[in-house]
Amino acid sequence: MTTTTPARPPKTQSAEELRARKAAARAEGWRRRAPLLPALIFVIVCTQIPFLLTIWYSLRSRNLLRPEGEQFVGLSNFADIFVDSTFRSAALNSVLITFGCVFAALILGLGLALLLDRPFAGRGVVRTLLITPFLIMPVAGAMLWSISMFNPSYGLVNWMIGLVGIPPVDWTSQYPLFSIVVALVWQWTPFMMLLLLAGLQSQQRDVLEAASMDGASTWDTFRFVTVPHLRFYIELSVLLGVIYVVNTFDHIYLMTAGGPGTASANLPFYIYQRAFLGFDIGQSAAMGVLTVIATIIISLLALRLIFRGLNAKEQS
Amino acid sequence: MNVAAPPETASATVHTAQAPRVKKVTTRPPKGPRRSSLLTTFTWVVALLFFAPVAWMVLTSFKQESAAASSPPSFFFEPTFDQYRNILSSDAGPYFLNSVIATAGSTLLVLLLAVPAAYALSIRPIKRTQDALFFFISTKMLPIVAVIMPIYVIAGQIRMLDNILTLIILYTAMNLPIAIWMMRSFFLEVPGEVLEAASIDGASLVGTMRRVLIPMVAPGIAATALICVIFAWNEFFFALNLTAANAATAPIYLMSTMTSEGLFLAQLSAASVLASLPVVLAGWFAQKQLVRGLSMGAVK
Amino acid sequence: MTGISHRMSRRSLLTTGFGAAAGAAALSLTGCGTTGRGGREQIVVAIVSNPQMQDAMSLISDFHRQHPNIDVRFVSLPENEARAKITASVASGGGEFDVVMISNYETPIWAERGWLADLEPYIGETSGYDDDDFIPTIREALSYDGRQHAVPFYGESSFLVYREDLFIEAGLEMPQQPSWDQIREFAAELHNPAQGFSGIALRGLAGWGENLAPINTVINTFGGQWFNTDWEPMLNSTEVVEAVSTYVDTLRTWGQPGAATSGYGECMTHFNQGNAAMWYDASAMVSGIEDPRSSTVVGSTNYALAPVMETDYSGWLYAWSLAIPETSQHKQAAWDFITWMTHPDYFQLVGNEISWEALPPGSRQSTYDIPEYADISGHYAEPTLTSMENATQQNSMVHEVPYDGLQFVAIPEFQDLGTRVGQQLSAAIAGQQTVEEALDQSQRFAESVARTYGWGN
Repeated sequence: MTTTTPARPPKTQSAEELRARKAAARAEGWRRRAPLLPALIFVIVCTQIPFLLTIWYSLRSRNLLRPEGEQFVGLSNFADIFVDSTFRSAALNSVLITFGCVFAALILGLGLALLLDRPFAGRGVVRTLLITPFLIMPVAGAMLWSISMFNPSYGLVNWMIGLVGIPPVDWTSQYPLFSIVVALVWQWTPFMMLLLLAGLQSQQRDVLEAASMDGASTWDTFRFVTVPHLRFYIELSVLLGVIYVVNTFDHIYLMTAGGPGTASANLPFYIYQRAFLGFDIGQSAAMGVLTVIATIIISLLALRLIFRGLNAKEQS
Repeated sequence: MNVAAPPETASATVHTAQAPRVKKVTTRPPKGPRRSSLLTTFTWVVALLFFAPVAWMVLTSFKQESAAASSPPSFFFEPTFDQYRNILSSDAGPYFLNSVIATAGSTLLVLLLAVPAAYALSIRPIKRTQDALFFFISTKMLPIVAVIMPIYVIAGQIRMLDNILTLIILYTAMNLPIAIWMMRSFFLEVPGEVLEAASIDGASLVGTMRRVLIPMVAPGIAATALICVIFAWNEFFFALNLTAANAATAPIYLMSTMTSEGLFLAQLSAASVLASLPVVLAGWFAQKQLVRGLSMGAVK
Repeated sequence: MTGISHRMSRRSLLTTGFGAAAGAAALSLTGCGTTGRGGREQIVVAIVSNPQMQDAMSLISDFHRQHPNIDVRFVSLPENEARAKITASVASGGGEFDVVMISNYETPIWAERGWLADLEPYIGETSGYDDDDFIPTIREALSYDGRQHAVPFYGESSFLVYREDLFIEAGLEMPQQPSWDQIREFAAELHNPAQGFSGIALRGLAGWGENLAPINTVINTFGGQWFNTDWEPMLNSTEVVEAVSTYVDTLRTWGQPGAATSGYGECMTHFNQGNAAMWYDASAMVSGIEDPRSSTVVGSTNYALAPVMETDYSGWLYAWSLAIPETSQHKQAAWDFITWMTHPDYFQLVGNEISWEALPPGSRQSTYDIPEYADISGHYAEPTLTSMENATQQNSMVHEVPYDGLQFVAIPEFQDLGTRVGQQLSAAIAGQQTVEEALDQSQRFAESVARTYGWGN
């Protein structure tokens, strides 16, 4: 990388020149930084300042409905959370929904990617059909599943299981988590498929061919050649899937409203309820802070993986 | 910094060198054609199964309400455009207009901010590029719900609730990190020689950007814009909490069709089709860019 | 050298400046779209999407005829969502709405906080409005310091509708005021799941305005209470456990399918389609049940007072009402709209344009004197009015309590507490936990609220 620094004058360096050089380096630093600053400042203002406020709120007892009771309460909001069994079950649901969805979508996506990674008639059309669920507006997708598919009296799913003699099931109240995960998997499988398909197609054909020449079975080739090659793509799919799915709100809000009871509330939905139904600003802020801390711990690990993968790719 | 060029040529030469082998391999499996056509059929069945809910939604949108909620489901019926006609003659217009404004406004703003920022993280990188990238992506992991209350309170105090401007700003903040990552990956692909030539010419930063860089990454900008459009168009959480009547967007319209008592499924399906159509079409025609965008530029 | 970098940095600053300016231009451009068009005033009305309110929305052209300069935009949401949105807006002074639909739960609390405009001056200036015509218990419930801060759109108590044809056929006789034991016998008798027919329909959907409303009337009539006079939470007392167990068991054994997610709307659809023998719910149900447009059971129904146990009467008192948030910038226009929707003339409009069955019930006494309405409301007018008159704590509770309200506890925390307790009970209705577990958890929620009222200190 070249810079605009002109050739160094052959004179001895006076203190003044040194200062000038320093100033120039500083100016160069700012010149490089300048294009970044608007974006950086924008993101800081929009995300970090509200978050600082969240931390501030989390240390105070504040309920919008009782404006007179506001005061500093230290960590007591956090103490309350630890005895709140609903918070624990919402956290567990977050984990179940996220990993259930990501895992199922990954497996299905991998299967579909393998099916598509071979030439056949209408491959383009099939791929187009398969990615469509991902492009449907999530609000529309959630309502499509909760009403058209899972409705206990006229839903398509009950009609289909009725054909083989299974009595109708009230999906969203009997199996709320399962119903939500099904709708999410339907939406996210195409995403996994697209990433993994890109991975498969970036495989160097000759390596596969060499493997099969050496008499390796299809399964062995898959295990020892394809899977290691796909590792980066699988890791990436899982990480991105987790980033996107862990914040799921639309599906829960529209399909079950967290119910029955709080059986299907995940953390975003539960915190939303504490904030916009309970108006308990202090409590919901404390939950938000805890969630962010947990997310930071998990994502530090995750991001390290992404960076390793990206750097490896950039250096290759 | 110059990354892209060498491996490609390398793999190309490997390919040609081993070309003769290819023939042998393709002739190898004796079970070939039958298995292959079975596999093709299977693939088609799975694809149609995946698509079935979408097809059902489209089908339902052409039904009368009574047929839409019939049990057993009706597959044969006299198609009607009533639902679409109802929507077009109803108050749906402002919702969709708001979606267009919020999407276009935020995408434009994202590009204006992301392109220079990505430049500063790739072509002429600042010292702490990795830290900056890390910071941007970490904001994507911040659960939105953790900041919604402060945002709501602030917006209320400065009289910005139910204002489309608020959505534009928040959608910009939401999409900016992805856009910066994506644009950076496109900038990194610009061959170093081009830039060096430009800077030896003594071209200024803005000049280099405009005359050399921007044209080279134009497809990348288009891909980035597509991703921003998709996420902004589909966004629900901010729209739900921060809008009421004046700035409500298409997803909110979908929800409001649901709330009427009685039968609403056909109407809802038609609204869903209309609301999803722009993104579905964009995604169909830009599948490759979609992959790159969703992976934040990591998958080329 | 410094010169170059100086110039460069100014250039990049320029780019920045340009970016910001273009952004601002784009923003101000879009900003224009949201302000009102010249001379016209726009008001935003947040309402609950129940059938009577949807009728009002469909009749809005009549309002436009009277007030051509006022644009009305509706935000209509289901009950739980509407309540969350309206409360957030009003409590935080968000100012999105000029007219809000709230109830007799919110009105006194919010008026005390100064969040609602005092409507007395407006009422006084409006000719023919006749506020003395409002049903007295309702009018009192919507006042703070003797001044009305909201006006009722429709009012309700709760009672029981049953299929008289099926009762006659089965040789059963519904007393004018049944007990819960009798209700359970009837439900068992008429329940027929093989035909998709349930003995009774009851709400199970979580929400203080959903399942908790009927459940609380059962708690009251069984001698239970939320808090005793020392603000000690009583949710796991024997009376409450017995009351809730009765309700949950009745619903689980003889209730409609999908019980845990059925709210008022779902129950109404179920009963209207002829799939239930009884339904205990809001007296406002008559607008749906007696309307041939939406109901298949018109003509085969009859009504009884809310089932009781230890008390003389049971039932709740509730009114969907319209109010103006103090933050509204268009108060006069907002009042003009409220006048239109609650004026005696509006009833004539609904009767003539939609149907006489669809009149908003329970707000004005004069409604029951309208000849067309009297003709069709013969069998439910009297139970409605009796229920509303007797919907007082003296008549429908056993013990004295430190709070106002029948099916709700009139404290600000109840909106949240009630919803959380409602969720616990909904989970019990779904069979995911026992009633005892649900009430023990509810008791813990109530304890943290009770402490702010001085219990346990």
